[in-house]
Amino acid sequence: MSIQTSNSSGTTANGAPFRHLNGDGVRDYFAFFRLPRKLDLDLAQLEREFHQQSRKLHPDLFTQSSAEQQEWSMEQSSRLNDAYRTLRDPIRRTQYLLRLEGLELEEQSETATEQVRASGQAKKQIVPEDLLEEVFELNMQWEELRMNKKTGDSDPALVRELEGQKVSLEQKQEALLEELKSYWVEWDALGDTSPLEARNRVTAKMADLLNRRSYIRNLVRDVNAALEN
Amino acid sequence: MNSDRIVGIDLGTTNSLVAFMEGETPVVIPGADGLNLVPSVVALDENDKIVVGNAARKYLIETPERAVYSIKRLMGRGIDDVQDELKLFHFHLADDLHPGEVLRIKLGGKTFTPPEISAFILRQLKRNAERYFGAPVSQAVITVPAYFNDAQRQATKDAGRIAGLDVLRLVNEPTAASLAYGLHHKKNGVVAVYDFGGGTFDVSILKLNDGIFEVIATNGDTHLGGDDIDNLLIAIALNDIRGSFTADFTRNSEVVATIRKAVIETKITLSSQDAARLDVELPEGRRYQREITRQQFEQLIQPIVQRTAGPCRLALKDAEKKPDQIDEVVLVGGSTRIPMVQSLVQELFQRPPHTGQNPDEVVALGAAVQAKILSGGSEATRDMLLLDVTPLSLGIEVAGGVTDKIILRNSTIPASATQQYTTQIDGQSNVAIHVLQGERELAQDCRSLARFDLRGVPPMPAGLPRIEVKFLIDANGILHVSAREQRSGKQAEIDVQPSYGLTDEQVESMILDSFDNAEEDFRQRQLIEARSEAQTILAALEKGKGSPAWAKLGNSEKKQIAKYEKMLNQVRNEDDYLAIRKVIGELNQASTHLAELMMDTAVSAALEGKTMDEIGKDQPGNLPETGHALAKAEFS
Repeated sequence: MSIQTSNSSGTTANGAPFRHLNGDGVRDYFAFFRLPRKLDLDLAQLEREFHQQSRKLHPDLFTQSSAEQQEWSMEQSSRLNDAYRTLRDPIRRTQYLLRLEGLELEEQSETATEQVRASGQAKKQIVPEDLLEEVFELNMQWEELRMNKKTGDSDPALVRELEGQKVSLEQKQEALLEELKSYWVEWDALGDTSPLEARNRVTAKMADLLNRRSYIRNLVRDVNAALEN
Repeated sequence: MNSDRIVGIDLGTTNSLVAFMEGETPVVIPGADGLNLVPSVVALDENDKIVVGNAARKYLIETPERAVYSIKRLMGRGIDDVQDELKLFHFHLADDLHPGEVLRIKLGGKTFTPPEISAFILRQLKRNAERYFGAPVSQAVITVPAYFNDAQRQATKDAGRIAGLDVLRLVNEPTAASLAYGLHHKKNGVVAVYDFGGGTFDVSILKLNDGIFEVIATNGDTHLGGDDIDNLLIAIALNDIRGSFTADFTRNSEVVATIRKAVIETKITLSSQDAARLDVELPEGRRYQREITRQQFEQLIQPIVQRTAGPCRLALKDAEKKPDQIDEVVLVGGSTRIPMVQSLVQELFQRPPHTGQNPDEVVALGAAVQAKILSGGSEATRDMLLLDVTPLSLGIEVAGGVTDKIILRNSTIPASATQQYTTQIDGQSNVAIHVLQGERELAQDCRSLARFDLRGVPPMPAGLPRIEVKFLIDANGILHVSAREQRSGKQAEIDVQPSYGLTDEQVESMILDSFDNAEEDFRQRQLIEARSEAQTILAALEKGKGSPAWAKLGNSEKKQIAKYEKMLNQVRNEDDYLAIRKVIGELNQASTHLAELMMDTAVSAALEGKTMDEIGKDQPGNLPETGHALAKAEFS
């Protein structure tokens, strides 16, 4: 690995890094692919565009060029790759759009996770209402599983139950993705001239859905961990 | 003029190869012994000279303390993370190593770092290529295991530099193999590469799409290979011997080396036969013999072979592919010759693997293809572009010793991430950052790449400074870090302590060191250059003889030229570069008049109303340039 320093008044002609989403004319990921800020993307077209741009920007095409050109190519193609990675994934794409729209996600958001980690506190999560019952039951089963482990018992029925829970959670995740897609359609139908209120209504729904979804994802992860142990 | 001669190098644990694109086909360049594989063995001979490859192998048995093999296992690693390795391999480490220091290996009375030992192998390959081309080679693509981390990649790049090679790109071995495969099978689809070599295991899943080779997932184990099978068999043999002769040879390097040689032969035989005899001569006229059936062998190695299954499943999972969505499985690495390995692959991917490629050579051939792409490409490589990924997540340590991942594994490279840092105490001027690589939750379980301090943060109340640190993984999979403080516009200094690795200064001094004992290299290079010059002047002369200018020469002049031509043809096949240069000078002298006449012909042709361009087209030899070649040689 190599280290270099530069000061902010230096030659960063390529503009501020992408993580800065606070205006000032920074091109966003959608713009990189010459796409409008729509969510229901044609993935095949996105991939074609990604390949086409790679053929122009990739460092392999610049190994015999000047150091400046190599630097430029590395910078550009890393942005291209970061942009493609974000846009091709339905969840990341939605999260990204919400951030572009100035919406920070709640407890489950990346930023919140970072903050919590940085402060060293345990993460607090608000249980989505429609999951209260299931979470309660899951906790009981986990407790039972832990007790069994301690006493060396094994309860195949319990394991089966947990596996069943897992399947149902995964189905919920799938269903949420379908629901999300319906919000995409709503969002895409809105134009730039649509009233802010209408836009906010859709982004709020998506934010809420993503929070619920990441809560479920964490549950699935925990169930998996419990089953593997 | 050499920019089109970028070679591809497979720097392997057991064997190394150099290849290049001859026309539209990648070919392996053989060594002076006519063999394609250069064993990755380095030894110090009786006169303290470095010997590499087949010539070095005998020292493994005769003077094991003066020889080293499988050095790749130690690349980019520190003393604390090779302890397991040391139990199995007879590496002779220097006695005065400190934790955190780059390892040094004893060869006789000298010590060398792993990048230096790898550089000896690279230099041998470079020589082989130069001998083959009759021209110097200075640029290379070198392959590394896909699962190599940052330190291991950096160490490989350092080795290239020490060997005098400009490493244009590090390519992942399975990806390189896919290039060689894809060059022949130009069809779209999903390909898995199962690469089980001497010391490393990799699996990569790629999407081939109209020339774009896009890696979607990779996984592996950088310490799993044929070596492990050998070590297991050695341990069993030593155990047997202890039982039958009540003699323990575990610490006897010579005996262990002899057993190693024997078990490798047995292992290879068992890939084609149902049984093989292990036969080792021991000191004091004793002899260890044992018959091993393939069934016994398979039982023994089953746990090792099975260790490749986990990474394959993880790669499939990360790629979001089911086995039946894989269109082809390509086998790479000598260990894939073992029938049991092939049946495991068949079971994992639910299809018979593709065995059309030589598993020892395919990586080097692929590296040659990539070298061609980097040099601007050709008809065969047109439209080919490799999009590789970083095998491991990159993270930084945050409060509580937790890893905060900022670039996830299997991200297409180059990839970047920017992090904002601030201070926690008023007036704090330093911020410590710990960079990690790996998948584990806790920092202590990940590989530490570097610790660095951002210094010179302007005094401000806590939380106010905004230090932006940018992490960028380049196309070689190597991390670059840069930082700046945004609020004050002040430069933030970074003070780095790479966890393991050579500093730039150390690499520079090693390059010099290698020049010190590189008279042979120098002589070799001079010879190559002199021969290449002789070739040029003889070709120019041939063209001169076919030109109208030749008729204008006097008989004595023609005789002189013929005399030196004959002499040059003779000495250029000998090894004395000074003699070649001398005759070149004489031939030049004798042909000065011819060169002048040729120039005149070109000029008068121009006066007859032809442009220089047209003369060039009329005369395939392009006369003015021919004249230049003759004139140029005069200065040598």
